[in-house]
Amino acid sequence: MSSLSSSAFGRRVRPFWPPLLAGVALGLVLLLTFVLTGHGLGATGASTRLAAWVGLSVAPQATVANAYLGPMVAQGQPMASWISWQVLGVAMGALASAFVAGRFRVQFDGGKSVGLGKRLVTALLGGLMAGFGARVAAGCTSGLGLSGAATLAIAAFVFLGSFFAVGLVASRVVRGL
Amino acid sequence: MAWPLQDAGMWSGLLCGALFGVVLESAGFGSPAKLTAQFRLSDWSVFKVMFTAIVVAATGLWLLRVTGLMNADAVFVPTSFVMAAAVGGALVGAGFAIGGYCPGTSVVGLFSGRLDALVFVLGLLAGTVVFAGLYGPAVEQLLALGEVAAGDTFADAFGIPDVLMLVVMGAALVLVFWLGSRMERARRGPVTAEQAVAGSNAHLTR
Repeated sequence: MSSLSSSAFGRRVRPFWPPLLAGVALGLVLLLTFVLTGHGLGATGASTRLAAWVGLSVAPQATVANAYLGPMVAQGQPMASWISWQVLGVAMGALASAFVAGRFRVQFDGGKSVGLGKRLVTALLGGLMAGFGARVAAGCTSGLGLSGAATLAIAAFVFLGSFFAVGLVASRVVRGL
Repeated sequence: MAWPLQDAGMWSGLLCGALFGVVLESAGFGSPAKLTAQFRLSDWSVFKVMFTAIVVAATGLWLLRVTGLMNADAVFVPTSFVMAAAVGGALVGAGFAIGGYCPGTSVVGLFSGRLDALVFVLGLLAGTVVFAGLYGPAVEQLLALGEVAAGDTFADAFGIPDVLMLVVMGAALVLVFWLGSRMERARRGPVTAEQAVAGSNAHLTR
């Protein structure tokens, strides 16, 4: 078997689900989440809390005094939230799925196409912009775009329109990987 | 009106998250090559999966609402801060195109073995800290600009019936599949699982 068709653990690489199947499954998971919790799926709720937690450990005074992170650490445990469990679930689900389907492979993706040094910069810069932008919008692609659109919220469609338009342009200007 | 259950516990979080993670990984959304191919219009999986999910969930929520199974007032609807959504969306879109992930898919990338996704997550945390550093009454006022005062949904703000929204979204979905599949055939086609596992290369992302 060539290195292309086998993952690090020697399992055969299984194809991705067809988009229609994955989309229906994602819609049903999102619906289940609404029925269980009253809100949708997310991601940056957890990274914001993680930032608050790191802040509390590294610079406790500045974090407590901060207008944005302060209220989150007021109870002392910024990570204690539904969204933290949900993102932990995403990590476990993705790991299990990638492993079972032979798609788990430790790599620095994009290092081959643009070089390791440049990929390091684009990944960091992209994360920085996305992290900042998600706080500006009070949500990310999942939390505001996907979940908000399911409730027919105006902000969600504005977010998605802007997200895709700028993404189309940005990918032509900068090659990230 | 028994739903939503308002379950904020660990198990519902882990369950919804695990299912979310399995679906995202199975769709190929741990691969930055596949994700960014949407912006090069050679792989329309992101549009297809996302729009299908939105139509399915929105239709489901609507059905639960009109049958009275779900209390609509108890469902979270994001406030219509249009300016904040547009600026934030632009930044997340640029970050996605340059970094190869959005916040949720970076977790999927990391847990399918991608170390560049870990760097992206570190960037996410740094971006959050920068925002928190700038945050104050002035920023808060700026982000509230352009709020649609009449309401947060198209029905509340503009009187567009939910059913009409769902029909238009359904038609748009059909268009996305038709147009997307055409453009995929004309270009390099969707990124396969084997290509994704092998990692991004110059051929895939040119």
